Amino acid sequence: MSTQSTRLAARLMVAPSVFVLFIWMIVPLAMTLYFSFRFYRLLTPERSGWVGFNHYLWFLNSPDFWLAIFNTLALVGGVLVITVILGVLIALLIDQPVKGQGMLRILVISPFFVMPPVAASIWENLFMHPQNGLFSAITRGFGMQPILFLEDYPLWSVIGIVSWEWLPFATLIFLTALQSLSSEQLEAAEMDGASPFNRFRYIILPHLTRAITVVILIQTIFLLGIFGEIFTTTQGGPGSASTTLPYMIFKQAIVAKDIGRAAAGGIIAVILANIVAYFLMRGIGRHLDN
Amino acid sequence: MARAQSPRRRLIATLAAWGVALTIFFPVLWMVLTSFKTEASAVAMPPELLSADWTLENYAEVWQRSDYPRFFWNSVVISIGSTLLGLAIAIPAAWSMAFVPGKRTKDLLMWMLSTKMMPAVAVLIPLYLVFQRIGLFDTKLGLILALMLMNLPIIIWMLYTYFKEIPAEILEAARMDGASLWSEIVYVLTPMALPGIASTMLLNIILAWNEAFWTITLTTTKAAPLSAFIASFSAPQGLFYAKLSAASAMAILPILILGWFSQKQLVRGLTFGAVK
Repeated sequence: MSTQSTRLAARLMVAPSVFVLFIWMIVPLAMTLYFSFRFYRLLTPERSGWVGFNHYLWFLNSPDFWLAIFNTLALVGGVLVITVILGVLIALLIDQPVKGQGMLRILVISPFFVMPPVAASIWENLFMHPQNGLFSAITRGFGMQPILFLEDYPLWSVIGIVSWEWLPFATLIFLTALQSLSSEQLEAAEMDGASPFNRFRYIILPHLTRAITVVILIQTIFLLGIFGEIFTTTQGGPGSASTTLPYMIFKQAIVAKDIGRAAAGGIIAVILANIVAYFLMRGIGRHLDN
Repeated sequence: MARAQSPRRRLIATLAAWGVALTIFFPVLWMVLTSFKTEASAVAMPPELLSADWTLENYAEVWQRSDYPRFFWNSVVISIGSTLLGLAIAIPAAWSMAFVPGKRTKDLLMWMLSTKMMPAVAVLIPLYLVFQRIGLFDTKLGLILALMLMNLPIIIWMLYTYFKEIPAEILEAARMDGASLWSEIVYVLTPMALPGIASTMLLNIILAWNEAFWTITLTTTKAAPLSAFIASFSAPQGLFYAKLSAASAMAILPILILGWFSQKQLVRGLTFGAVK
């Protein structure tokens, strides 16, 4: 079909992408691996040497590390559950023959385009602030004490903010998927006396499976790296209550300037991401084949 | 799946849908409203939905602030620069994978996507050190490179799914007519691929503009874009709510408008064509 020279040209055209991505992946990863076994603090550059697995052991023995793992999984899992369930419900609602659907789509998708620091700062200052936030005005209206969102419920607050950012994405994808569902099938089921719940359970939900898989995959890629929202609002605190693994490594690297320790954390993050990725890629790989 | 329904049910559905949509949009709306208030009105208790004396003062003040235009300009250069550079590398790759697929093309695509799975923190330290060593730290060029590499897998994937839909027969016909590889790309492929390239470009400008990990960790002041600026903007005791809101509104407005125009392509773009 294609000639030898076309094939060669094609390989040459892929080469730059493969090359830069390979460099981008391998060189830093090799350096991180190397640093993770070294004593390397920017504040005491005169000291150096091999430390074996000490940095890794430090992480494994640190209660903060296990908390950070828990927080990371809770953040990803919490946001996934909230956005998928609410996203399906809202998509079903908007998919009804309602007036102004185009405008509705625009309103619903908007939060997705708000950059994380702005989203976080709107929620932190204009809504969750204990003195001046809108929420405190509401609780005060009911004669109650304002809720200290970022102090008392830091992880839940971050989950809430991130869910607000990603709910539009999930909703829009479910809505798009719903609109490709044939109405004949639903009408036939309705005439046969299928209840709304059964119609949802046996027709709509199976139709949405692929969309839900895709939403989970894409969101997990982005959610595992959540950073800006935490940096802007809680800075991982109070204490380590809202510190995720990426944020814990960031604190070791940029704040404590302990390169060796942070590098070990980075390698642990890579291992965890690979475990998650393994399951996810199997999921999407199956969908891409058909 | 539009189905016949009673007017009453339709009215209820419309009201409910608008209620939900406005609730989701409300934080953005509230921020924009706050940006037109005076500082006193912005923190008034009980809150004022609309300020008695609304003002454009905040926008003027933020814009005249020593450095806001620079952050804005940095955002423009970095997001557009990284996208264009990414497209330049990705278009040939996606083209050849879509039209001259080999046995390993699928694996290659999967591998590229898997680089997205690598946590950014794992490469943060080397990048931080290397950038400082070779003078890319806190430069626009450094951020352009980092964001380009971060988004390259997405760019290639998006282009690939768009290119796949161009019928290969057309290319073969052009080849039969003796078109060279170059003229094939310029005269046949490019016009058909432009819509896909355009939406890939839009989506990646959005992703780069909103990026908030590399922009925060690889800059201090010189090359910091809006995302880094807003992240470090503190409003002690609600002193600067109106100004913070004005700065935020200006930071998201260009992307919000771009996003409204590209929302139709957003779904298939970000799901790599898996949902259309």
